[in-house]
Amino acid sequence: MPDIALEGISVSKKFRKGESFDSLRDLIPALVGRSWKKAIGAQLQKKEFWALKDVCFEVKRGEALGVIGHNGAGKSTLLKLLSGIMKPTQGTISVRGKLSALIEVGAGFHPDLTGRENIYLNGVILGMTRDEVARKFDEIVEFSGLQEFLDMPVKRYSSGMYARLGFAVAAHVDPDILLVDEVLSVGDWAYQSKCSEKMKELIKGGATVVFISHNLRAVASLCQKCILLEHGTVVKNGPAEEVISAYLVSSAAGSAGENSNGISIVDMVAQKSGKNECKFAAGDRIVLSIRVRSEIDCNNVAVHLYTYDSNFYNVFQTSTEFLRSTPLSFFAGEVKTFSFELSLHLGCGIYYCGAVVRSVFHGGLEQFDRKFPGLTLYIDAPGEVNGPSNLYPRLLDIASVRASEPSGARAAQDTIKEDSALCGRI
Amino acid sequence: MLQHFKTLYHYRQLLAMIAWRDIKVKYKQSLMGFMWAILMPLIVLSAGIVVRIVLSRFSGQPFSLSQLLTVATKAAPWAFCVNGIRFATNSLVGNGNLVTKLNFPKEIFPIAAVLSNLFDFLIAACLLTLIFAFSRVGLSNDILWVPVLIVALVLLVTGLGILLSALNLFFRDVKYLVETVLTFAIFFTPVLYDAQMFGRWANLLLLNPIAPVLEGLSSCVVIHQPPAAGPILYSTAISFGIFIFSYWAFKNVEPKFAENI
Repeated sequence: MPDIALEGISVSKKFRKGESFDSLRDLIPALVGRSWKKAIGAQLQKKEFWALKDVCFEVKRGEALGVIGHNGAGKSTLLKLLSGIMKPTQGTISVRGKLSALIEVGAGFHPDLTGRENIYLNGVILGMTRDEVARKFDEIVEFSGLQEFLDMPVKRYSSGMYARLGFAVAAHVDPDILLVDEVLSVGDWAYQSKCSEKMKELIKGGATVVFISHNLRAVASLCQKCILLEHGTVVKNGPAEEVISAYLVSSAAGSAGENSNGISIVDMVAQKSGKNECKFAAGDRIVLSIRVRSEIDCNNVAVHLYTYDSNFYNVFQTSTEFLRSTPLSFFAGEVKTFSFELSLHLGCGIYYCGAVVRSVFHGGLEQFDRKFPGLTLYIDAPGEVNGPSNLYPRLLDIASVRASEPSGARAAQDTIKEDSALCGRI
Repeated sequence: MLQHFKTLYHYRQLLAMIAWRDIKVKYKQSLMGFMWAILMPLIVLSAGIVVRIVLSRFSGQPFSLSQLLTVATKAAPWAFCVNGIRFATNSLVGNGNLVTKLNFPKEIFPIAAVLSNLFDFLIAACLLTLIFAFSRVGLSNDILWVPVLIVALVLLVTGLGILLSALNLFFRDVKYLVETVLTFAIFFTPVLYDAQMFGRWANLLLLNPIAPVLEGLSSCVVIHQPPAAGPILYSTAISFGIFIFSYWAFKNVEPKFAENI
């Protein structure tokens, strides 16, 4: 029976919107006023809303769960309930293990104290003991890269330094359960990749992670399972890729022709040798057809095709604008099929294709319809190549120089050319 | 209730850290360093001297060194009370970002505020000891009452601080009320004068729980008499009651802090 680290059963949280009295000066007259009016009951109820309603989830020990959703879906509220900062209005949350929440990098930093002092302060605030912080002090400093700036008050740090110090302390807390809320969204590229590495390390070390983010690539690469929140309820719960696709579909404006201003994408289909397929081998030549229907007469239209890999990096884009000299036009009621011939020089993996129909006026800012993911391609490739691109490697030769002879001339003589054993595919 | 104390004990290192932080921050980048701790008692003492001069002119009796020392003895704990309550009231709102983002017993904030002012009090007490050493007032066994009285005072201030910090979180104008009361409380507490001066009405004055403690301190240290038992018992009971009630009330509303701050 797998160990369950975090569990939420029918968790609901209600908030009041509207007037809240934060001073006695406002409260006392309001109370007096209320005692005159008796029939306020129903009105008051309208001022409440459910931030979360009947949310159920389960995280096993050592698992990483991603929580995604639009702004206002209830993700941060869920995190606050999990970490115990707020109590649920209904339902229960059970936490088994030491929990550490990274809701803000550098929580507890005091601007007047130096970096050194703040490391101790923050470390203890996040749940370590003073001895632990003292033991890990050098590691923390090294991780942050701020050795020379430790004795400067933190208010003089740049925001990047601040974030690095904050995450350095947070990364060494070593909890059983880690809750992360958007801390990866600040900082430069090097910092972000350091953070991802550290989180992967923690997951490998057996920590349970709940990760809330808008950065879908980060969620896809770190989490195996994911839940999608929408207006406080769990809309989808399952493997990360499925849930992320569902989220993207729901965010796509104009899917199934809504808000499409007259031109809508009907469907996208891939064919290999005339047959509809979605599983292909790397290097296959396929024909990808996009059907577009227009209700209006329109000139200067372009259809864009783009492809994302499973980490939601954009690996390929093209457009009828680039491939044709004249722009497209539609008549009302016309259905056009655009067939793109593609050679699938991609690495092994899952790819999501999408299409956008745009006008080419003024740099093509008017968008008619977007469909993503319109089509999912499953590519199989030989094991020599990893990643979305295939650069057709061929190992030509291996040159070797022995370090035993000091003279340069002899060294040149000793160069051995070995024949390549591998040949890449073309 | 006991569970709450246990949890607080579990977080004692954090309490120490926050108190240390409050102390350190108060003295960093400050012009006078530790002189801060002595400033307020000195001001109170100076005010006391003025009041005594006026009183002695009015009553025709000259004021003595022992009278001045009495004021000095009461000035330092009074400063501790005022500052302790003031800083504790603002402690939760002042640490708002930690209240909304982290989970630990929040009474750590008002308690740490009181502790940091206790540190200031100890510095002022050292100065007082020096003054006493020079003035040759002498020691007596009654000095053993001092720690007991201080503990009672700390309990009272902490209790009030905890309650007021929670109130201030929900109703932001509580701190202005508190400020006003603290400013004028010096008139209602026997700091610059003695309770005996009121004769029959002294007991009314001693209803203020801080009053018996202050009177007790000055009587042990200056006059070398043990403090009056009745008022002290009353004051200790009130302090204890306020502390228990405040702690209980605080823990009850604590879950609502993050939403209402």
